[in-house]
Amino acid sequence: MRGYSVALILTLGSLPLGCEKRSEPGPSAGASGGTPTPPPGTSASSPTPADTKVPGSPSGGAAVSDSDVILLGEVGSLTGSEATFGISTRDGIELALKEANQAGGVKGKKVAVRVYDDQGKPEEAANAVTRLISQDRVKLILGEVASSNSLAMAPKCQSGQVPMITPSSTNPKVTAVGDYIFRVCFIDPFQGFVMAKFAKENLKFTRAAVLKDLKSAYSLGLTEVFTRKFTEMGGKIVATEAYSKGDSDFRAQLTAIKGHKPDAIYVPGYYTDVGIVARQAREIGIKAPLLGGDGWDSEKLWELGGSAIVGSYFSNHYSPDDPSPRVQSFLTKYKAAYGGIPDSLAALGYDAANVAIHAMQQAPDLSGPSIRAAIAQTKDFPGVAGTITLDENRNPVKPAVVLQVGSGKNKYIATISP
Amino acid sequence: MADFIQHFINGIAAGTIYALVALGYTMVYGVLKLINFAHGDVMMVGAYVGYGTALRMGPAGRGSFLGATLVFLLSMASCAALGFAIERLAYRPLREKPRLTALITAIGISFTLEYGFQLNFLFLPGAAPRAFPEIIIPTEWLVIGDRDVVLWNWQVLSLAIAVALMVLLQYLVFRTRFGRAMRAVSFDHRIAALMGIPTDRIIAITFMLGSALAAGAGILYAIKDTVVQPLMGLYVGLKAFVAAVIGGIGHVPGAMVGGLLLGLVEEFVVGYTSSSWRDAVAFGFLILILLLRPEGLFGRVTAEKV
Repeated sequence: MRGYSVALILTLGSLPLGCEKRSEPGPSAGASGGTPTPPPGTSASSPTPADTKVPGSPSGGAAVSDSDVILLGEVGSLTGSEATFGISTRDGIELALKEANQAGGVKGKKVAVRVYDDQGKPEEAANAVTRLISQDRVKLILGEVASSNSLAMAPKCQSGQVPMITPSSTNPKVTAVGDYIFRVCFIDPFQGFVMAKFAKENLKFTRAAVLKDLKSAYSLGLTEVFTRKFTEMGGKIVATEAYSKGDSDFRAQLTAIKGHKPDAIYVPGYYTDVGIVARQAREIGIKAPLLGGDGWDSEKLWELGGSAIVGSYFSNHYSPDDPSPRVQSFLTKYKAAYGGIPDSLAALGYDAANVAIHAMQQAPDLSGPSIRAAIAQTKDFPGVAGTITLDENRNPVKPAVVLQVGSGKNKYIATISP
Repeated sequence: MADFIQHFINGIAAGTIYALVALGYTMVYGVLKLINFAHGDVMMVGAYVGYGTALRMGPAGRGSFLGATLVFLLSMASCAALGFAIERLAYRPLREKPRLTALITAIGISFTLEYGFQLNFLFLPGAAPRAFPEIIIPTEWLVIGDRDVVLWNWQVLSLAIAVALMVLLQYLVFRTRFGRAMRAVSFDHRIAALMGIPTDRIIAITFMLGSALAAGAGILYAIKDTVVQPLMGLYVGLKAFVAAVIGGIGHVPGAMVGGLLLGLVEEFVVGYTSSSWRDAVAFGFLILILLLRPEGLFGRVTAEKV
C-alpha cells in the first residue's frame, strides 16, 4: 500500500493545474476617460459571467455590435513569479490604445484589448491564444514576454493567420516560426554579443562564469551567444552551472563557481532569480559583479537583491535617463497614468501596440493577411525603445544600452550598436 | 577542500528546512496515516505571516531577539489555527471514508493555498516574490582564508532551533500524557476512543503542532533564501515528504536525519555534477530506500494482522 500511495502521490503532485485564470473582467477598452466599450460578441457567443454582466451596466448603453470595436488580444504573466513582466507590458499596451482611441481610433473604430493570464507557463499561453483566436476572434495578438511562452503561442497564430507581435521575446526562434510572427525588440544573439563586448572591452574582464536557467529558452539563448562571443574575443569561460526555474537556493552552483575565481558571473535569468543569486553569491564570499540581460529589468530587482546586486551590469532596451523627447514624453504620460517609472517591458509593450495600430491604419482592410503585410512594411517607426525597422526576418535592428544597477535606480553606462 | 566544507555547510542549511517540514509530515502520518499534502503550503503561509509581522514591526523587528521571537510565535500560532481549521473542515468529515478521499482533499487544500495566495485582494499578497526582512541580522561566525568558507549565524541558529524542536517533540511524544494518548490513537483510533481517549481532540492538537512546526520551518526557509513566494512550499513539501519516508515515516528523529541527509545529497549532486541531476537523485534515493528498506532507515517493521 505504501509503495502504491507514494507513486500515486508523486504523480498527482506533479499534475499541472489545467485551468485558465481570467484576469480581466472584460476587455479593457483603452479609453478610460471615454465610455466603457462593451465587449463584442456579447449578444452572440462567449457566455462567460464576466461578459454577461456588462450589457446590463448603465454605462454600456445600447448594444454595440461587433463592428464598432477592433479587438486585440494579449497574453501575459499577470500572476506567477514573473508577474511584473505581464503587468508592465499590459500597462504599456493600454496606454498606447488609450492614446490611439483619443486620437480617433483605427478606421473610425475604437481599439480594445482582451488580456489573458498565462501564469508564466507555456501551456497556459498556448491555451490562451487558442481562446483568443477561436472564441474571441481577435485581429492581432500581442505577447508574450518570455520566449518560451511566445514559442508556444507562435505556431497557433501562424496557422490561424492572426498576426502576432511579441514586444519583448528576444529568442531568435520566435519569429522564425513563420511570416505572421513579428517582434519590436532586438534578439538574443545581439544581447549576448553586447554583454560579451562590454565585459571584454569596457570592463577588461578575461575570466567569466555562467549561471543559466535550464528551463528557459531565453536564458539558454543568451548563454550560448555570450559564451561564443566572449571566447572569440579572447576571454575564457571558466565555469558553466545551471539551475531550474523555481529554485531559490543557488549556493551549490555558486560554491562550484567560486573555486574558479571568475572576474564576473553572467546570469541571463529573470529578476526573480537574479536578486537571490546576488545575495547568495555575496553570502558565500563571491565578490565578482554579475552580468545579465533585459530579464533583470524590474523595480523588484532592488527589493530582492538589496545591496548585493548594486554594481552589477545588464543590457537593456532603453533607459529612462535617455534625454530624447520621445522617451521623456512617454515617461511623463506613463507616470501620469500609473505612477512610477516604466521599465523596458512597458516601453516595448507601448511600442508593440503602436506598431500594431499604425499597421492597422495603413492596411486596406482588417483581415489577417492585410494586417500582416502592413506590419511587415514597418520602417523607421519612432518607438520609445529605439527606431523600429523590421528586416526580412521580421526582427528590428537597433542598439542596446548597458545599465549598472544602483541602489534604487539604474545608471546608464553605454550604448552598444550592432 | 574549501569547496567541500562550503558545500557541507550549504547542505546542512538546506537539510534543516527539509527536516523541520518532515517532522510535521511524520507526526500527522504517525497519528492519522494521512499524507497531509498541504503541509508544505502551511509552511508557506507561516513564512508570509512572519513576513507581515516583521514588516509591521519595522526597524524595531530587525535583529532584536524579542522581535524575532515574536515573529516566530505569531507565525506558529497562526499556522496552528490554520492547521486546526484544515483538520476540522477538510479532514475530519472524511475520517471514516476511504483513505484516498482524504488524500485527494489534501491535494485540493494544497492547491487552494498555493493559488489563493497568488491573488491580490484583501490580505492576500499576490504572486510576486517578496524580500524577507532580516529578522536575524546576518553575521559571519566563521571565515576561513580569503572568504573561501563562510559560516553564518543564521545557519547555526536554524540547525539549533530544528534540533531543539525535535527534542521537544520527542519528549512530548514519549514522556507526556498527551504523547501517550497520541501513540494510542496512532495504534488504533477506534480502540483508543473506547478507552476514553478524546481522539478528535488529540488529532486536532497533533495537526496544530505539525502546522506550528511548519511555520517555524517557513520562517527559517525565508531567512535562508531571503524571499517569500506563494509556490515556495511546493517542492519543499515534496522533498520533505521524501525525507520523512527515508527516515521512516512516523519516526521523529528519522525525519530529522532524513532531512539532513537529503539536503546534503542534493547539495553535493548539484555542486559536483549538475543541477539537472538534483531531483532525479533525490527521488531515485527515495525509490532505492523503498526497495531496500520499505520501512525507512529507522522505521519499524509492523506485521500485517490478517
